[in-house]
This record gives sequence, C-alpha cells and structure tokens, in this order.
Amino acid sequence: MKKRTLLAGVAATALASMSFAGSHGDGPVKVGFVYVGPIGDGGWTYEHHQGLLAVEEAFGDKVETVYQESVPEGADAERAMTQMALQGADLIFTTSFGYMDPTINVAAKFPDVKFEHATGYKRADNVSTYSARFYEGRAVQGHIAGKMTKTNKIGYIASFPIPEVIRGINSAYLHAKKVNPDVEMNVVWVFTWFDPAKEADAAKALIDNGVDVVLQHTDSTAPQAAAAEAGVISFGQASDMAEFGPTPRVSSIIDNWAPYYIARTQAVLDGTWESVDTWDGISTGMVEIGEITEAVPADVKAEAEALRDAIGAGEYHPFTGPINKQDGSVWLADGETASDGDLAGMGFYVEGIVGDIPN
Amino acid sequence: MIHLEKRPTPSPLWSYLTPLIAVVATMIAGGLMFALLGKDPVVAIRTIFWDPIFGEFAFYYRGQLLVKAGPLILIAIGLSLGFRAGIWNIGAEGQYIMGAVFGAAVGLAFYPMEARWLVFPLMILGGALGGFLWAMIPGILRTRFNTNEILVSLLLVYVAEQILASMSLGLLRNPDGAGFPGSRNLRQYESAANNELIAGWGMHWGVVAAFIAVIFAYIMLSRHVMGFNVRLTGESPRAAKFAGVNPNRLILFCLGTSGALAGLAGLFEVAGPAGQISIDFNVGYGFTAIIVAFLGRLHPIGILLAGLLMALTYIGGEAAQASLGLPAAAIQAFQGMLLFFLLAFDVFTNFRLRLGREIST
Repeated sequence: MKKRTLLAGVAATALASMSFAGSHGDGPVKVGFVYVGPIGDGGWTYEHHQGLLAVEEAFGDKVETVYQESVPEGADAERAMTQMALQGADLIFTTSFGYMDPTINVAAKFPDVKFEHATGYKRADNVSTYSARFYEGRAVQGHIAGKMTKTNKIGYIASFPIPEVIRGINSAYLHAKKVNPDVEMNVVWVFTWFDPAKEADAAKALIDNGVDVVLQHTDSTAPQAAAAEAGVISFGQASDMAEFGPTPRVSSIIDNWAPYYIARTQAVLDGTWESVDTWDGISTGMVEIGEITEAVPADVKAEAEALRDAIGAGEYHPFTGPINKQDGSVWLADGETASDGDLAGMGFYVEGIVGDIPN
Repeated sequence: MIHLEKRPTPSPLWSYLTPLIAVVATMIAGGLMFALLGKDPVVAIRTIFWDPIFGEFAFYYRGQLLVKAGPLILIAIGLSLGFRAGIWNIGAEGQYIMGAVFGAAVGLAFYPMEARWLVFPLMILGGALGGFLWAMIPGILRTRFNTNEILVSLLLVYVAEQILASMSLGLLRNPDGAGFPGSRNLRQYESAANNELIAGWGMHWGVVAAFIAVIFAYIMLSRHVMGFNVRLTGESPRAAKFAGVNPNRLILFCLGTSGALAGLAGLFEVAGPAGQISIDFNVGYGFTAIIVAFLGRLHPIGILLAGLLMALTYIGGEAAQASLGLPAAAIQAFQGMLLFFLLAFDVFTNFRLRLGREIST
C-alpha cells in the first residue's frame, strides 16, 4: 500500500512538472480546439473552425493553432485534451457539451493551461464556459416559419433532449404560434449531432407527414438537401448554408465564434485571462441571422428583421409571458421574462406542443 | 501467368507472417497517402507507431495504450471463442452497452453508501450479467427457433443504444445535473470508481481483467475439453457431433461468454475512463474488437498483441491529427488499410502463388 502511494506520488509529480514544461513564457501562444464533428460538416464544427482561422488571421505568428476533429465524447476527449496540453497548448477550446467532465478532469491536471468549454455549466479557476443564445435566432426562424407554412405543420429535427435544444424548440414554436395560431410542431429526435443519413431520414419522415417547413438542430446539410428535393423550405443551422439558398434555405442562424475566440486569445496574450461564464446572443453578434432570401415575401422579411433588431437591442425577450408549460401550469405571468437560470435548465415544452420530451 | 493453388492445409508460417506483412504494407501505403496529403510520411509513421511508445510524452501515452487496448482485448477474447466454433456474435457493442448500464445501475443504486468491498464487486457481477443476458437473446433464439445470430445480435446493438439513451435521460440521469442528460460520475463516487491502480499508468481493473481473460482463454483452448469442443466444432462440425458435442450448449456457452466479457468491458469503461452513462457512451469498441480478434488470428496471445497494435493506431493517429494536422478521415483510412491488407495477404495462408501456366486437369 505504501509503495503504491509512493509510486502514485512520483507519477503525480511527473504529471505536475510536465504541466510546467507545457506552458512557455515566450514564443507563440498555442491555441487548441477539440471538435465533435469533422471540420467539413458545414454546420457546428465548421463554424468553430472558422473561429480558429479567424484567430490565426488576427494574430499571425503570435499564435500557433492545433485542432483535432471528430473526437468522441468521453475518455477519448480526455486524451485529446491531455495531448494538446502536453504538447504545450496554452488555451484549449472544447466545443461540445459532452466534453464537460473531461474538460474539468484535464484542467485539474494542468493548472497553467486555460480551458474554455462550450455550452456547459461546470467551471473552475482555469475553465471558462461560453455559449450563444441560439433561442434568439430561433424566435426569428419561428416567425418566418409560422408565416410561410401552408400546411400549418412545422418540422423540427432535434438532436439530444438537453436544455439548449428544448429552448430552441420552445422559442421557435412560440413565435410561429404568435403569427399563426393553427400551427403544429412535429419534433423528431435523432440522438446525434452529426449523422447525415439519420438527419436526411428524419427530414423525409417529417415531410411525408405533411410538414412544409423544416428546422434542424443538427449539424449537417443533409436536411437541406432533403428539403430541396421535396420542395419545402428550411433554415441553415449553426452555419449559413447559403449554398442551399434561395430555397430551400430561406434564412439561417449563424454561430459567429470568431470575436469571442479572438478576445480570449488576446486575454491569454495579455495575461488577463480569467474564468468567466459568457452567454451572448444577437446583441454582440455571437448569434447572427443569415440573409433572408427572396423566397420570403417582403413584408414577412421586414417583420423578421424588426424582430431580430428588437431582440438585439434588448427591447424584446423571446420568452416573455404569459407562457404556460405543456401541462397547462403557469410558467411566466403576463409581461414577465424568463430568468437565465430558468432557461439554462429548461426541461419542459411550452403549452401547445404535442408529444413528450424523450426520457 | 500467375495463378493461385489451394494448399492442402493452411500454411502455419503464413498465418503468422500475414499480420506482420499487413502492418508493413499498411505503413507503405499509408505513408504514400500521407505524402499525397503533403505530410512527411516518415514523420507521420513515426508519430503514429513510435512516439506513443518511445517519444517525449510516452509516459502518458503508454498508460493510454492500456486504457484503449483493455476493452478491445477483453471483448475480442470472448468473440474469438465463438468465431472459432463458427458462432458469429457481431453484437458485442450492444452487450458492452448493457454491461455498462447494468453495472452502473448497481453502483448508482448504492450511492452514496461508502462500501467499496460490497459495491464494486456487485457492479462487476452486474456488468457481466448485463452483457450475458443481452447475448442470451440471440443465443436462445438461435437454439430454440434457429434464427440467425449474426442478424439478431447486430440488430440488438441498436436496441441497446436506445436503452442507453433512455437511461441517460431518465432512470439513471444525475438528479443534480440541472436537467442535462447523463448519470452521476462514477469516478467521483469512491465505492464505485474504477480508477487507475497506479496513477498515470493507465492500468485499471478492466486491463487486469483483459490480461486474466487472455490467460484463461489460452489455458481453456489448449488444455480444457470445452476449448477442444470449440476448436473441433469450428474445424469439423460433423466430427464434433460424433464426439458428442452438444451444439446448442456450445452456442449458448460461446455467446454467453463473449457477452459477459463484453459486459465486463462496458462496466470497467463506464466506472473508469468514461466515468458516466451518457447518450453516446459507446464509441465502437464492440465492432473494433471484431477486427482485433481476426488480426490476432483468434489466438489469445495474438489478440493481446493485436489489441495493443490497434490501440497504438488510435493513440498515434490522434497524436498525428493534433501535431501534424492530418484529417481524422486519413487516420480512419489508415486503420482500414490494416484490415484490408490483412485479409488480402491472408489468401497466402490457404493458397500458394504459382507462376506459369495452370495445369489443366
């Protein structure tokens, strides 16, 4: 037993000393990115990679970037991060919810390396979290969808039943319903962030079911292709997906991580980096609404843009009461807006959505 | 003219040589691919095969090799028994998931009781049981209704994935997790954690179990009557029948053992490296283990080596991605080449290459 603790001590010292070796005073700042999908997914990971390129562009030879794509969440993610830290990364962005525990574990072993975890809620002295208020963009999409649907059926391809995804569904539904009281929301859960075949199947199933507007919270462009084939409309997700415009893609939500990544890299360069929790939306440009194409009538387009601007200016909150939960109980009273805490843990549908959140 | 001539018996020399030749051929063809991608092939091959074992950060990677190889070896050993007897369990991935779910459920049921002597052994039993029961479904369907165990076991993988998702969102969800999917982290629960036995070495109970499985499989196949029955059934089912081997019992034995071992691998993974039940807990060990089993010639020692080699291509491949900027797809293609060349050169185990005109009979 004693021998084991001694050996453990030696190994721990080795691990600690290499963390010092990892951080270097001069020379370029090394920034690492861990991606859940391939950089060519055309959606989520693609946009994070655009952020990496923007960091390179902004700092030139003052930074060095590394990335690893298609990293499974779990033990493999932990290794990918450790690897980067060992190879001298100063700042590591881990860009998927499932990297939360691995990020915290690795960060504990490398106190001098800064970590930034996207969409999670666990922080430490050297771990920040950041996310975007995608639900603000969903409100604009919901508005357009409610106006554009002729069958009054909107389809939603959902990935995992986590609060971020549920928020998006609720926000889109509330704003579609506002402009079209007859609207129905059909949600399909595919349990993946990136699987073109599954996403295409989900889109086809929705369309066969009479849906004529497809929203997606998955990362590939497969639903766009399915929508194009069926002649219905869709929205770009995470990335603009402009190549599918003017139809089926009539608009999009763009995650613009570049300014955040540049600011955080700058903070490491300046030595001012601190652990923070960032949740930005349309107002700072972290969430952008992609160009609304001519397939959308001019008046609808103008309304959607007005909605976008009102959210961006802080004049309107997408979750403003009266809003009831699905079971009919009151969530927000008239005029009340949702707190960030409520939104962060949202685990229920709002009134009017049919079906259950899987569990 | 070149033609192939069937050997009267498979060549033992070639059956040992083919894995080595396949590795060398993979290095050459892979190097060529890396060169076409604009990377220095020598550096790339060195990063994949050399650096994880002898490079600057080998002290970390060596442990990771064990972490990655452990479940592969454990599952592949179980599969190899069935494969030798012509019983094809393709669904180890599902049994791996069910082992993890059962084992984690046992551990979580005791949370937060501190009694490692009780909780951890029960979890191990739960893990083995979960995999065993899941493998019994194709087993009993085969022995009772003569269904095809390949299809049933494979399709049950997708059922297991749905159960896994349901567990992470419902029954086993962390009540303190703010509504996010995923169970409590078992690594933070002292009585259930399958941590490294020596910090930084990568050796956890799952790796120990893998080594024990290798030894047991070796002894069984070479010394025990059950091992003899397995080999006999694979080589000559008719002879096995005359020797009094009960085929149904053999099917259940092979599927049950491989299921239990896959379940154990899942339990050790969920309580150790992965830490929690989550929707995408499984990353394909159950399928990769099929490659490992064949790469190791279905022989326990071969599987041990093949598991380590496969782990090396994963670890080294990831290192090459991060340090050389190789795309993930190139690494997958590289691993694919390994299997491709293995199967291609395997022809020479059963066939002889002849130059000159084929002698017509």
